[in-house]
Amino acid sequence: MAMDSPAGSLETANAEDSFWLGKHVFRNRLIVGTGKYETFDLMRQALDVSGTECITVAVRRERLYDGDGKNILDYVDLDRYTLLPNTAGCYNAKDAVRTARLGREILRGLENPGADWVKLEVLGDSKTLLPDPIETLAATEQLTAEGFQVLCYTNDDPVTAQRLKRAGATAVMPAGSPIGSGQGVLNPNNIRICLEYLKGDDPDYPVIIDAGVGTASDITFAMELGVDGVLLNTGIAHARDPVKMARAMNAACEAGRLAYLAGRIPKRLYATASSPEEGVISSRPW
Amino acid sequence: MNILFNGESRSVRAEITIAELLEELTLDPRRVAVEVNLELAPRDRHRETTLNEGDQLEIVTLVGGG
Repeated sequence: MAMDSPAGSLETANAEDSFWLGKHVFRNRLIVGTGKYETFDLMRQALDVSGTECITVAVRRERLYDGDGKNILDYVDLDRYTLLPNTAGCYNAKDAVRTARLGREILRGLENPGADWVKLEVLGDSKTLLPDPIETLAATEQLTAEGFQVLCYTNDDPVTAQRLKRAGATAVMPAGSPIGSGQGVLNPNNIRICLEYLKGDDPDYPVIIDAGVGTASDITFAMELGVDGVLLNTGIAHARDPVKMARAMNAACEAGRLAYLAGRIPKRLYATASSPEEGVISSRPW
Repeated sequence: MNILFNGESRSVRAEITIAELLEELTLDPRRVAVEVNLELAPRDRHRETTLNEGDQLEIVTLVGGG
């Protein structure tokens, strides 16, 4: 399914605004997850209109009872999308490193460019799915030493973010709010500080909001803060109409990015008239 | 002999290689990755890697995820 009217303007806008993520470069700034769609066909359509060029996948045990069953790879155009394998579901650095190695091995077999990187996710708590910063740091060091480009899912704590960058992370990806919660960016001030600390003397260092997106305005808001991209899954997959929502997310991302680049006006307490003050025919009552 | 395959005990013939096992299970070797006793077993060595009694084997693939 092709984009209707916005396609041309999107390409024009993005041609001058490449999204560098480690050694990869994209025109679209969304990274979209492939989980939780009702059907693979719905996933394929949603990914198409989302505009994304980079999609996340998980590594799981092969289930033999479904030998002729459907595999996600039958629904993903490997020439179109760079796969980003994740370590979702890992609760310690050791398992995350094993999972990253397995993901890389599969992507090498598929000859997909995503074989050189990983979305590192090391969780500390199954109820909130919040990251374990200590295990995440340990895994970042290990995987960086093994040549991975590590994209780190983390909380919105600026100190942790700095530690991950220093440990060699290719990108730091603070959660806007807990995974799948749809609460948007709950602490924009922490994101602002993360951006200042991580990009202050290194403006091209990628910072991505990962998790928490509930609707299109959450993405626009995140992009207006100055993050380089947004990673989301549930916000599209569990929308009533995932394909329509994917299109909304695409437009929201472009809107937020352009607004950030354009530079918003400062907020003021009082009004400033848009029409000239002179030449008014009305008299004022005071 | 018995191995632990994806967390469950499974009987396989002695000295079977990883490549032979994948073939028996009709798994496309390009779409899976194999780990033996917590160490990655690289694809280019599947033909020469034989399994031993009690080996802990993981065969994984890609699924949808965020």
